[in-house]
This record gives sequence, C-alpha cells and structure tokens, in this order.
Amino acid sequence: MGEFKVHRVRFFDYIPSGIRALAFNQDTERIAVARMDGSVEIFHCPDRCFQEKIIPGREQCGIEGLSWVGDRLFSAGLNGEITEYDLTNQKVKYTLDAYGGPIWAITGNQQGTHLAVGCEDGTVKLFELIEDTIQFERNLDRQKSRIISLSWHPSGSKIAAGMMDAIQIFNIETGHSIHRMLVDRGVGTSRSRECVVWSVVYLSNGTIISGDSVGMIKIWDDQTGTLIKSHFITKSDVLALSVSRDEDSIVAGTSEGTVVQFQFIAMVLGKDDKEWVRTRTFKNHTHDIRAVAEITTAVVSGGMDTHLVVKPLLDKIEVKSAASAFRKICFPHRRLVSCAKKSGLMLFQYTGHLELWKLGESEGQGMPGSSLLIKKNPEKLLHLKLKGEDHIRCSAVSPCGEWIVYSTASSLRLYQLHCANNNVSITKISNLPKVLSSANQLCFSSDSSHLFSASTQSVHLVSLSQDGCKFVGTLKPKSGSHQAIHLLAASEDGKWLASANSDHEVHIYNLQTLKAHCTVPVYSSAVTAMGIHPTTNCLFMMHADQQMFEYSIELKQYTDWSRTVQRKGLHSLWLNRDTPCLNVMFNPQNPSHVILHDAYMLCIIDQSLPLPDDKALFYNQLTLKSLPEKQRKSQSHAFKVCKTFKDILCVELMSDQSLVVVERPLEDLATQLPAPIKQKKFAT
Amino acid sequence: MAVLYEGYTLCGVGPVQNSSNIGILGVEPGRDIDHVLVTDSSRSITVYKVSDQKPTGSWSVKQGQKISCPAVFNTQSQEYVVVTDDKVVRVWKEDDVNLEKAFKATVSADVLRVLSATDVEPVVLFCCGAVRFLDSLLASPQQPIEVVLAEDEIIRWSSVVDEEHQLVVLFSTEKRGEHFLYVWRFNPNTLVKHRFETEPGLSAPISFSATYRGGNIHLLYLYLNGCVYESLLPLRSSSTGAEGVQALSRSLCLSLPLGEEKLMSGAAVVLDEAHVAVVGFPHPSAGADYLCIWNTHFQTLQASKETTGRIYSQLWCYSGKLYVPHGSMLSVIPFECQKSSLAAAMGKLKETIQSEFKSHSFASSWSAQSYSDVTQATEIKSRMSSKTNSNAQSALTVEQLIEHIKTSALEDVQAEVGEFIRRTPQADLQLAAGRVALELVSRSQTDASFYPQCAFLQLLETRYLCYSVCPELLSLAMVKKDFRLCQIAFQIFSDIPEAVTCACLKAILSTPDSEMATVNLDTGSMMFMKELTRAQSQSDEEGGQLNGFCPPAIESDISDTPRNKLQRDPLALDMSCPVGLHKGALLNEVLQTAYSDRPLLPHLKDLTVPQVMVFLQYLRFLYFKYSHDAHKQIQDLRTPSISQIIDWVCLLLDAHFTVLAVAPEAKRLVSDLHKFVRSQVKLYAELGKIEGSLQVLKNSKQSEAFGMYAIQVIELF
Repeated sequence: MGEFKVHRVRFFDYIPSGIRALAFNQDTERIAVARMDGSVEIFHCPDRCFQEKIIPGREQCGIEGLSWVGDRLFSAGLNGEITEYDLTNQKVKYTLDAYGGPIWAITGNQQGTHLAVGCEDGTVKLFELIEDTIQFERNLDRQKSRIISLSWHPSGSKIAAGMMDAIQIFNIETGHSIHRMLVDRGVGTSRSRECVVWSVVYLSNGTIISGDSVGMIKIWDDQTGTLIKSHFITKSDVLALSVSRDEDSIVAGTSEGTVVQFQFIAMVLGKDDKEWVRTRTFKNHTHDIRAVAEITTAVVSGGMDTHLVVKPLLDKIEVKSAASAFRKICFPHRRLVSCAKKSGLMLFQYTGHLELWKLGESEGQGMPGSSLLIKKNPEKLLHLKLKGEDHIRCSAVSPCGEWIVYSTASSLRLYQLHCANNNVSITKISNLPKVLSSANQLCFSSDSSHLFSASTQSVHLVSLSQDGCKFVGTLKPKSGSHQAIHLLAASEDGKWLASANSDHEVHIYNLQTLKAHCTVPVYSSAVTAMGIHPTTNCLFMMHADQQMFEYSIELKQYTDWSRTVQRKGLHSLWLNRDTPCLNVMFNPQNPSHVILHDAYMLCIIDQSLPLPDDKALFYNQLTLKSLPEKQRKSQSHAFKVCKTFKDILCVELMSDQSLVVVERPLEDLATQLPAPIKQKKFAT
Repeated sequence: MAVLYEGYTLCGVGPVQNSSNIGILGVEPGRDIDHVLVTDSSRSITVYKVSDQKPTGSWSVKQGQKISCPAVFNTQSQEYVVVTDDKVVRVWKEDDVNLEKAFKATVSADVLRVLSATDVEPVVLFCCGAVRFLDSLLASPQQPIEVVLAEDEIIRWSSVVDEEHQLVVLFSTEKRGEHFLYVWRFNPNTLVKHRFETEPGLSAPISFSATYRGGNIHLLYLYLNGCVYESLLPLRSSSTGAEGVQALSRSLCLSLPLGEEKLMSGAAVVLDEAHVAVVGFPHPSAGADYLCIWNTHFQTLQASKETTGRIYSQLWCYSGKLYVPHGSMLSVIPFECQKSSLAAAMGKLKETIQSEFKSHSFASSWSAQSYSDVTQATEIKSRMSSKTNSNAQSALTVEQLIEHIKTSALEDVQAEVGEFIRRTPQADLQLAAGRVALELVSRSQTDASFYPQCAFLQLLETRYLCYSVCPELLSLAMVKKDFRLCQIAFQIFSDIPEAVTCACLKAILSTPDSEMATVNLDTGSMMFMKELTRAQSQSDEEGGQLNGFCPPAIESDISDTPRNKLQRDPLALDMSCPVGLHKGALLNEVLQTAYSDRPLLPHLKDLTVPQVMVFLQYLRFLYFKYSHDAHKQIQDLRTPSISQIIDWVCLLLDAHFTVLAVAPEAKRLVSDLHKFVRSQVKLYAELGKIEGSLQVLKNSKQSEAFGMYAIQVIELF
C-alpha cells in the first residue's frame, strides 16, 4: 500500500490554558468554557462535545465568572469589567466597567432580567438586561469583605453571596441583608486563615449549599439562617459547586482534582424524608478543579490541568452510545499548525505569537518502523510577536511559504517572507484592503496567489503579488444563517472554495464567477474538517459524529462512494472514536486515497477497497503485516489506521510525499503545568 | 462435590457413665434452625444457639432423678418435652426457670422416647412398642398402654418420619439375634413388621437413618462390616393386605473400607439422596477417626474431616450441620452437598434410582431370577435389530458381573470383565468400573490364588478408576509385586495419598533389580531409561574430547569405571545408573506423582538408610544427567522434570538429614552433590548477570524516546 517518510515533530510547545469557569445553557445544550487566558469556548454537548466556537482572549482580562442569561453569555473578571459576547460573530460584543474593583462572581437570574456581580469592594451590583446591552440598576447593601460567590434563588427575589468567613442572604427588593451565616474556619493552624466561601448554590426550597476553603460542603436553611449539615470532603479547598436542573444532585470540585457528587435522596426507600447524601467521587484531574457543571446526563469539570472532562452519569443515560461516552478534551478542535506544503515550513500558532519552522532533512533510506539519520535539524526561522492585547484567532502560511497571515479579534496582519541564503526577513504588507480588518478563518489558494479571509458570513478574496495585495471580491452565500465561518477549503485548481459555519452549513463558491455555486445539504453534526479532491473536485467532509460525506461539486450531489458509505454504515470502532478528525488530505499520487487524522490516529481511506463490515477486524494493520503479500489483498479494507502516533495536533502531507505529524504528548504537557496539591500517597 | 467446612465445638460431652456408646442422650432441633436442644446423659438439658456457640437456656433435674430420653421441642405448642425416670413426662416453656415447677404427668408404662418432627404433634413411644400422641396421652396420663412387642424384644432404635403430614413411627427391635423393623402409621393406626435380612456373621445394624423423599421412606442402615444398606419402605397401600412379618428388601448402597482395627462403633446419617455422612469408620487412606461424606451413587469419598477422641455411635444432621460427639466434645460441622455434576450432566440420576427401586420391589435379588429369562426376553426384541442384539445379549449387568466375580474362575472373570468393558456404554461404565474393581480386589484379597492382572489393567485403561474409588488396588498390587499395574496406576491415578506413594517407593527400592528386570513395563518409560543410559555409554566413548571449564573432579562412589579415565569430563563420565532400568522407570513414575511436601515428609522418613542412599544416588544421577544433557530432547511425554527431581532431592535431604549427616557411606554422596549444586549455583548466578545485561539491551531497543524531532518511516498495508 505504501511507505511514508514521517517528520515527527514534538517541539510545538503548545500549552492550553487552564479552565476557570463553566456555564451550561440548558436550552441550547451548550457549555461555555472560560480559560485563564481569557478565551471563551462553546462546546455543543449532544454533538459529541464539539468545540463549535472559540472567542480568543486578551492579555490581562482574567475571567472569573461566566453566566448565560437566556441566549446571552456574560463574563466578568478581575479587571472589573463585564463582557458580553457576540456568539454569532464569535467576538466580544462590548465590555462595561462595573466600578466595584475586581469582580469575583457573576450570575444571571432564571427570569433573564437581571445580572448580579460580586465585587472586591463588598458590593453586589445588579444590572438590568436590556436589548443589546445591560444597565446598572443598583447596589445591594455593601459588605465589609469581597463577594466571592453568588447564587440567585430560582424565584429571583433573593440572592446568596459567599464571602470571607460568611454567607449573606439579600432581599433583592429591599437590597438589605436577611441573614448572615458565619462559616467556621479550619482547625489548627488554618484557624488563623480566613475561610473563603468559594461557591454557593441557592435551591428553590430555601436550602443554601456552600463550598469553602476549609474543605467543607455546608447545607444551610435560609429561613432560620442555620447550618443543617456539613460534610467534610477534602483537606484542601472546595472550589466549585453546581446543581442539577431538578435540584436533586450537586457536584463539588476540589483542589485535589476530585469531583464529589451529593444526591438528595430518601434515607428510607419510599419515604419522603430526603437528605443530601454523598454518593460518588470521580477523580479525573490532577490539579485544582476550578469549575464544575452538572449537565443533563453528565458532570463536566475543568481546572488547572487544562482538560475538560465530561463524565457521564450512568444512571441518567438510557442508551449507551458514543455520544454519551466519557470524554477528556485536551486540545482544541481547531488546527493550530499550518504547513507550507511546497517549501517544508510549519507555522505554529500560540496565543500571543507565531513561530515558523523549517523541517529537517534526512539521509538515506530506512526500513519501515525505523528512524532515519537526520542530516539537517529543523530550524526556527521566525518568532513573530503580536502587538496589542488581543490573542491570535487564526493564522496561515501560504503553500509556497512566502506569505504569513494572522488575525486577532481587532486586526489582520499579512507578512511577506524573504529567505535568501540563511537570511530570513519579513516585510509587513501595509495598506491592506479595508475588508481585511479581521478574520475568523484564513486560507491561501494552492498556488499562493490568493488569500481567502472569512469574516462573519462572507469570504473576502484578495490577490497577492510582489507589489502588495488587491481586493478581488466578496463571496456571499445566497441565503443561510449569519453564523461565523470556521473552516475554509480551496480546490487545487483554484476554481472552488468551500466554507463551513457553526450552523453546519457548507457553501461552495465558484472562484471564477465569484458567485455562490451551491450549498451542501445540511447535516445534523458539525463539520470538523474538509478538503476538495485535487482531481475529481469532490468535497470530502468529516463531521463531529465521525460520519464522512463526499460531495461532487460539479454534479452538486453526493458521490456514489459516499452513498455506499451511508448505506453500509461505518464500522462501530470508527464511530466510537472520541476525538474529531481535524484534517482531510489527498495523495496526488494515488487519487483514491483520502488521509485523515484525529488526536490518536492517522488513517488512509482507500476508496477503491471494500468497506469493512461490523464483523471485520477494523484495526487490521498488524494482521496484514503478518500476511504474505498475496493474501493481503483479500484481507484488506478501506480503512488503514496507523496508531503509531498519539496526542496529534496536526498531520499534513507535504508535496514531497512526506508526512508531518505534530505531536504534543500529554506527559510533556503535564511537566509544564504548575505542581498539583501535594497529597500523601501510600508508600511515598 | 460435598464440602465439610471448618467445624467448631458446641459443648463438652460429659464423662460417660454407662457402658453403651452414648456420650449424650441426644441432639434435637430447637425452636428454629439456629437452635438445638442437647440432652446430656447426666441430668441436664441445654438449648444452644448454634451460630453463636452459646447456651441460651439450661434446665436440670434434681439429684436422684434421671432423664430417660432426649428432650424435644414441640413446635406446635412451643414447649419442651422430656421424660424423666421412665414414666414422668415433663412439659415446660422457654421462660420456665425451674424444671421442678413445670408441668408433670406420670404415665402408666415405661416411655422409651418422645419423638418430634417439625410442625407435627410429638409422639410418645413406649418401651413395650405402643405409640401415643403426646396430647392424647397427657389428656389421660394413666390410660392403659397395650403391649405390642414380645417379652424379650427390645427396641434398639426409633425415629419418626413426616410423610406428607402423615406421621410414621419407625423402630427396630432385637429379639434373640433377629432384627425387626416396625412401621407404625396413624389414621388408621397400623403396625407393619418387617424382618431384616440377616447373614451369618453379620451382627446387628449399628446405625439407622430414615428419610422421606419421592413418596417413599428410605431407611439407610449401617453394619459393623462397613456395609450400608438401603431399604425402601413400601407405601401404606402395598402393606395393608399382608399380615405377619415381611422380609425387608434391601440394596447395598455403600461398602465402606475397613481398617485393621476392630470397629466398636460408628454411625451414618443420610444427607441427601446421594450423600451419606459416616463417622467411626476409617478413612480409606488416612486411617480411623474421620468424619466422611460418601457419595452413594459413585461410591466415592467426597469430603472428610478428622475427629479426634472416642467416637460414639451418634451422628445428627440438622439444617446443613452435622453434630458429632467425639472425645469429650460435641462438634458442629457445617457441610454442603452439591448435586454431583456427573450424574446431573448425564441425566441419569433419576433413572438409575427408579430402576433400582423396581428391581428391589419385585425381586429380592437378581441372582434369584434365572439368567435365561432375561436372554429370552431380549432375544425376542433383538430380531428387529442385530446391533442391539449383540449389545443386549451378552452385556452383563454390573450385579451379574459382580456375582460372577465372587465365584467364577480366574480366566472366566478376566474374560467377562473384558467383555463387560467392551460392551457397556461409557456412561454406565464410569459408574460400574469402580464397583467391579472393588469386587475384584476384595476377591483377590481373600483368595490368594485369584489375581486377575489383565482385568485390572483393562479397568485402569478405561481411566474411570481413581485411587479413592478403589484404594486397595495399589496395595494389592504391591503385595503381589505387580509393578506393571503399579506403573499404570501411578500414571493414571492423580489422587494417590502421600503415604501410599511412600509405601510404593519403599517397595520399589527394596525389590532387587534382578527381580525387577523380568517385569514388563510401559515401553515409553523404558525407552526413556535406555536413552538416559545410552547417552552415558556414548559419552563414555567420546570422553576426553570435551573441552572447557572443568570443575574439581567428582568421583562417584558407585562408579565401576577404571580409575585411569579420571581425566575425562567429570560431570558425565563417571556416572552410571545406580539402579536397574526397570527400577529407574518405576522411580520416575513415583517422581511424577502429585504430592504435597508436608504430608509426604513423615512417610518419607520410613525409608531405611540403604533405600535412602540408593534413591538419592538415583536422583543425583538424574540430576547430573539432566544438567549435562540439557540440550538433548528426549522424546517422551512422561519424563520427570528437573524441578521434580530437585524437589525430591530436597525432600529426601529434609527427611533424612541427620541420617545423611551421620552415616559414613553417605558422606561422599552428599559432598558430591554439594559440589555439583555449588557449581550449578555459580552457573546460575552468572546466567543471572547475562540475563540482566540482555534485559538492558532489550529495553534499550524498545524505547522510543527520540526527543523533539525524528524522521521515521512508516508503512501502511
């Protein structure tokens, strides 16, 4: 079938940022995740937790809280500002200073009318939601210490605030405090340290549940302001709490990396006498859990170790399926690496800078499975630091390696690269056309003559030449949603461009007429990767639910192969993979080959071979290897999966038929994280 | 398989005052399954909570009074009942403290026992054989009691069986050496008398156990000669018409092995349809004083537990626990009997029982029926199919064969056994092989001239025999010096006790080689021995050509090679096999038997010094040979492994350490062995080092750490 020379690259020092806050929107079933670097990501839970949207962060924005109010998403942070996000265009809509110093907590009421923020100066500030913005309404009674956590009573008439050493209940009408409940400090040496109420939850029956720095979960009664029960769950802090929709379960995240579930269950079967009972403990994190959320069928948690963990609650799942499986999302579902196929360059996208590397060269031949002697080491050509506070949203290097482009939320920069005998210099292209102010996705044409820049729902086409760049036109779909485009794919012959947006729409444009050509029928799952075949001009799409489609652009219909795949169904092992495919490549030497990859494998689909049925051995590479050449034919099927690599960020097929595999081993990542809380382990 | 769990002591058994084999009067079930009522032979009655091993209540009678029968618990009225001084019936409740203050009634005749079963009214059995319900008796205690038994007839045993809420009182009597069984049924009251079949030399049954199952009462009784018989008591309808005494048909369901000692007492109790617990009879291999559970279908010993101290003819079984008085204690031993998987798997269980029933119900013995009748009947059928003809015509039943074995001549028996094995279906053969073998062995033991070696070999080859099925076979073979049989048995039996292994070892070692040489042994093992010795003679020839490391010369004291060959490879050359080929082959079989070292050690000590020396020399020979010719693959499946050899060397050294240290003739042998072992230890230490380095090489090859960048080649198929 084929040998490939593989450049295994592990020097991309990508470090995802720790998770700081989570907010689950019950109606749209989307989870918003705020990271330490200020970025906000939206995951669509039923669609295998695909990362639909990424809103890059800014320097010094330090989000502390995240809250959905209806469909609107707000965040607040230590810079004292409240931010609302424009989720359609995937950017910050506006920011507003609350004038109360750093904000520690933000929460909206269930009615969707008000937003409350807890500030460093001890005030709880109420904001009224009005169309397109929010308006300060008033302060509740000012307290002596900062407000760390907030929770509305579901009726919206009361709010509980966690502070230093105390929990305060406010009446929203009057703004006065109803109860002040003192929280015990720890015993021993921690006696002298304040007890921080990291999280509170206000239930509709008047129960308040708090998690504090002493390691206690405390259950209070708001009528009397008394402690009903306390559970000691950790020696360190309880940092996060979340209640389920029907208020029969709460989950607590601790500094030790455990998630503890409490359930409101009857002590005697069949009796109404219910109590909060500690039921389950999950340990899926190595570091502090800063945020938890109990969603419909799972517990989502995230923290300093940067992974987003979706742990299904098996008692709430009716049918076990890949969609409801345990997930640990370690890497973004976007490509952070782009490769210049023709010149062997790689562009690494970090949050605040770009790195351009040249691949090394090998000497001689080698047996399959062996490493080749490296003649020339990879070389870092460029370290491009950003100006301004905004983080990079997207970047690209042209196939010829001459152009580099990146975009932040506010600006787009295009550079021309000059390589002349070991001297690398870049020139910034100024006087960019106005349309290139910012982009959601960037892509070069295969001959590097054009740049495609996707702004919200349209794609701008710019031609590149030595004297600069010139606006050519704007591609707009005939109809469809206004969601931002997150994927672009240009055809090899320069005739077609495909774009995919977060509403799962794929539009195809004719680049010669600059008109929309057609729209691929909308599939229920998001497009995670796509590519246009160089010879047949068929669009190959991978979806988050691991389905694949091949659409003939010229005939405007699915190809026969694609129909066969849909009819026969894919192998269950393929469908049960838990990371999305992130790139679709084609082998020019063998038109029937489609190359795909996800975080754990590299796969070549040979469209000329039969599809495996569910009984067939799916991962059959080892079997085939052991068989003599003649029998391989009868045993092989279309999916050739190579699992040699793991934690893959990017795979690209270069023009010289070699593969570039950028790996980021999780072990390497773990060494760069801060040390976790020291825990006594047996025999250490 | 049945299992006996770890037992515990419930209470002590008081000093035996009477001469009969009775330590305590009785153990009766209490108010629930966890309580039992123990009536002491002195003066007290105690209720124990079995799981706690604690008494929960105790009552005793005044000095001078005597408890005359075991106390029982009346489950209907929740009262305890006991009879004191033969005539005084006392009834009391759990919370009564003093027995004296309890209800008392004096009856007009001597009471033998009060019998009680769950959820039915207790029954009073008088010494004269009359039976009354307790209630009706207490209503008018002085009512006249009729005399049922003859004057010198005494009741030996009694029991009550609940036959579908119909009480049946059973009691056996003895009258001038004759034994009878009385079956008393209520409503209408009937009494049926049966006579036990007696054989000359067979004394009275010593233990009875009656159970009701499948519409019949099964009475199991044990004789001192180890035979356990089962009789089926016919239903009421079949017995009403007959007057007078009926002979009780019986079938032998178990024949227990007897030890050398004369037995004084023993008891058996039925656990379920297939299992019987027996106490007082010797364990087939371990000797006396074992509590054993036997499977009556397959005649196999299922579980055993040692019981120390004196055994009484008493054994009770209530709700999954056996109560065994022994020595000065009453032990409670929980057990579990699972339905034997073999029978269940074959689906034969029910069928065989029923056919047995039939045979017993209409004919007291098969031998009585004329053989020709059977063949005639089958001939008529056989015309339809010739295949069944040949099968049915000549296939003897097990019973017939056993009868033949008892009487026929040696050649006839061998031929019949051969025919039987050939014709009986495998499943039936599995059950029958053991019985046939037992019968053959017992005939051989009594009749010195009768020794059907051929039949034994054929039976062994069926592979349905194992040691516990026929424990006497091996010792018989040893007595007869039939080493071929021994060899086959060693190969086939996997359950030979260590004591027997040692006895065989001793017999083999003590038999001179010349006598052995005539024995016709299994060819495979002989081939192996020849190979071993041939390798030796070969290396004799090529001696001196081997180069390399030479440890200090080891001289074999039994070596008869001339001294001038000293320069040759000392490991191989001066070794000749210290025993004959045949003896070696047999010793190899012994080496390959399964054993546990702790039980083996004491028996190994029985070997005499010359035997130890010969055996150790042989082991050393094997060990040297193996170490030297390790590269040679001798194609034989059954060869002792090097670890087996080393284990035996260790055991032998352990068992005879002092002897070997003191005996002058052992000195050289031991020092040779030591030298060799030392050199081997050195060798292995070196090998360990090599292993370490190789491990490092292997690991370094495997590691995939390539740092930050590598260019690799992958291949997809």
